[in-house]
Amino acid sequence: MPKDHGIGAPMTRREDVRFLMGRGTYTDDVNVQGQAHAVFLRSQVAHGRIGKIDTRAAAKMPGVLAIFTGEDFKDVGGNPAGWFIGSRDGTPMREPKRPVLAHGKVRHVGDAYAAVVAETYAQARDAAEAIVADIRELPAVVDMAEAVRNPKNRVHDELPDNVCFDWGWIEDNRAKVDAAIRAAPHVTTLHLVNNRLIPNAMEPRASIGEYNPGTGDYRLTTTSQNPHLTRLLVAAFVLGIPEHKLTVVAPDVGGGFGSKIYHYGEEALVLAAARRLGRPVKWTAERSESFLADAHGRDHVTKIELACEKDGTFIAIRTETLANVGAYLSNFSTVTPTFLHGTLMAGNYRVPNVYVNVKTVFTNTAPVDAYRGAGRPEATFSIERVIDVAARELGIDPIEIRRRNFITPDMFPYTTPVGLQYDTGNYGATMDRLVEIADIAGFEQRRAESARKGLLRGLGVNCYIEACGIAPSNLVGALGARVGLYDAATVRVNATGNLSIMTGAHSHGQGHETAFAQVVAERLGIPESSIEIVHGDTSKIPFGMGSYGSRSLAVCGSAIVRATDKIIAKAKKIAAHMMEAAPEDVEFRDGKFSVVGTDKSVDWGAVCLKAYVPHNFPHESLEPGLEETAFYDPANFTYPAGAYACEVEVDPGTGKVTIASFAAADDFGNIVNPLIVEGQVHGGLAQGIGQALTEGAVYDSSGQLLTASYMDYAMPRADDLPFFRVDHSCRTPCTHNPLGVKGCGEAGAIGSPPAVVNAVIDALHRGGYTHVRHIDMPLSPVRVWSAMQR
Amino acid sequence: MPKVTMTVNGMAVSGEVEGRTLLSDFLRDDLGLTGTHVGCDTSQCGACVVHLDGAPVKACSVFALDAEGAKVTTIEGMANPDGSLGVIQKAFQDHHGLQCGFCTPGMVMSAAALLKENRKPTEAEIRAYLDGNICRCTGYHNIVKAVLAASGQDVSRIAAE
Repeated sequence: MPKDHGIGAPMTRREDVRFLMGRGTYTDDVNVQGQAHAVFLRSQVAHGRIGKIDTRAAAKMPGVLAIFTGEDFKDVGGNPAGWFIGSRDGTPMREPKRPVLAHGKVRHVGDAYAAVVAETYAQARDAAEAIVADIRELPAVVDMAEAVRNPKNRVHDELPDNVCFDWGWIEDNRAKVDAAIRAAPHVTTLHLVNNRLIPNAMEPRASIGEYNPGTGDYRLTTTSQNPHLTRLLVAAFVLGIPEHKLTVVAPDVGGGFGSKIYHYGEEALVLAAARRLGRPVKWTAERSESFLADAHGRDHVTKIELACEKDGTFIAIRTETLANVGAYLSNFSTVTPTFLHGTLMAGNYRVPNVYVNVKTVFTNTAPVDAYRGAGRPEATFSIERVIDVAARELGIDPIEIRRRNFITPDMFPYTTPVGLQYDTGNYGATMDRLVEIADIAGFEQRRAESARKGLLRGLGVNCYIEACGIAPSNLVGALGARVGLYDAATVRVNATGNLSIMTGAHSHGQGHETAFAQVVAERLGIPESSIEIVHGDTSKIPFGMGSYGSRSLAVCGSAIVRATDKIIAKAKKIAAHMMEAAPEDVEFRDGKFSVVGTDKSVDWGAVCLKAYVPHNFPHESLEPGLEETAFYDPANFTYPAGAYACEVEVDPGTGKVTIASFAAADDFGNIVNPLIVEGQVHGGLAQGIGQALTEGAVYDSSGQLLTASYMDYAMPRADDLPFFRVDHSCRTPCTHNPLGVKGCGEAGAIGSPPAVVNAVIDALHRGGYTHVRHIDMPLSPVRVWSAMQR
Repeated sequence: MPKVTMTVNGMAVSGEVEGRTLLSDFLRDDLGLTGTHVGCDTSQCGACVVHLDGAPVKACSVFALDAEGAKVTTIEGMANPDGSLGVIQKAFQDHHGLQCGFCTPGMVMSAAALLKENRKPTEAEIRAYLDGNICRCTGYHNIVKAVLAASGQDVSRIAAE
């Protein structure tokens, strides 16, 4: 029988009740007395010079309170990039200012250049349509290769070309890698596109700005994955508001997947407008705005070379990538294609020589930033695709070639040639598990059944490893991070023995309110129902960095454990005082404090009450109260890893690909709530399969986004996906955090795209289409069918 | 402005609306029933599904005035009379059929409509019926499982247990 509570129990989620009753509080559900409404004017051209913006007619329209343009914000700060990345030649990256509203030029379709605030949303929208802007269209820079080749058309006039930086990792390895590839008996080269994606959290972004003229306090309610980071950016960098005068609240947030990490100009606008008007100002994005102006993801063009011995032993990997950053640098846009990508380029394998080159390129498209997986899916896709092609060329089974090159359990801690030290793992064991749950042995029979239906069945297998639990501040600081990536927790024990846990993590679907309570309940031996998890409000929680990069449990959860341990230490002192014993003689177990070797004991509740009714405390040595805060900075990244298998059926008449089955064997270390972990994997798989088969952001050559609605951007639907087989029984606990957890939020999205593509190529080869070496994602019917035609 | 009157979750309600006011806006802004979510502006995401005279509709594609005299049920009307989670809602919780919760009201309303017309739907029928409801979090696995369970079918053998 599984446990019914505490660590390891598949507890149902407490937060579900409010969501299922329609009683969640998402930002757009919040209405503040006296609020006005903002509507943004967004560029309809990808690139243009802003001339006169005529607002006279709009200003006279009913209900209009204020109109803002870029001119109003030209003297405030820009929205900065969070990481500094230098170029190979030692020059710094280029950081053009990202203004609140476009000023001088518009740089992508959807770039906001004006905003109207009115009494009602409809009035603001009507007035926005009456604004006449003279925007002279300029040639758009859309294609990355062209942007690099032809610096005459520049996204940012003040830069000499469209390259943000040209990064080599590790530059000192380059000559050695080049030599190894030149001398290798076999080299497989592959050109890959990692397709641009639009995150599409189901809740569109929304923000409400408030200003209290009596106190000078601001309040921002917003759709954020990290309220403190947003506060830091909008207050300290952009508007110049003292941080202590701004509260940022991220209430229930309807998914993020990275896109709600970042600070966006709309947040600054509603705060500035609230200050000017002296009343609250609310903005809610329409889905069209989300498509045009949320940060997009991926968008890499890569050449990868894998050098091997004839027996498949890996010798070297070399990659050259163009990575799109769009029109402006979003907050994590510089780290995503570099340190979250290049450092994973050894995968799960012993590859002695690895070199990664990434050129980031400005284009007249929406900013591109971290999206679920963030750099690691791109690395995984490149490695796992090229391995599959190499295996085929060398006549080695794709599972076997991977096994031959795995880093083995006895090699940990293992330092890769790209700068990471994997602490633990067992890739052979996860592969064994996969072979079992995917029933690889039964594939031939299933293939024959598909063939009888006239369908080509293929099997694709791949591995992945990710660096998450983001992140050790020492390491990332040395690599250019401008922030620390620790986290924090405060545990407040109330006099009646129940607890409020204030965490820097933010839950936007992850179920922290349930899982974090399980961690503390286990530690203290009390029921989860006595524990409340508080998150998302900078006026309540300690300074934490929020949720992304599969960090919540590994980093924020570790901070909770540390703070809880401090509580236990303090409570022992109180218990010792109550029992007239020495604190070191007091033992805490199952919610009870006892003096070792005696029958004396006091329970949790009595100690908590005493903490707040300290009638006989020795006040010099024992403070009243029971509340502790801990900051936790991880010693290393965590390294979840796994092996995935996909079976597809391809209709040779149409090229349509159907996912016949998908199996995922993951090693997440210890598991707090398997129900939640499985849900996270399912969701990641759906996003990865979406990337592989249906999704792709497409700009035309003039920079118009052709996929700007759910009619055109193909989100995976229920009938595009099967039931998944997932397994997390292979567990090598993280060696450096107190829970031994690794994180599970991104794995599915990282590991699944190559499995799908490998499966389709396998199906085509088995069907006789042996000329098809690779098809770029998404593998739509037309792409697959076209590739099949000789 | 014209006045509209309807019955929402068994309560007679009325309000003054513009001709262009959508049912979703009337429910959210005028009645404060913010459980009905708006996830797109093109009637495709399904987060705003409510029942209009018993049939599922996307509330963002119905004018409030067109619901004059109608009986509307929203997610707020789906709990048991004692305030506990209804059968479908409970199945979603038991099988972890929701994560961020934003698409959930529409999913539950669509699932309820399906189970009204098909008491024991197959997996394929559920997947086809929910085609108009987009979820970005769950990969649909646990949603489909929850709907199967809500219809009284055995889900213990479904993968990933």
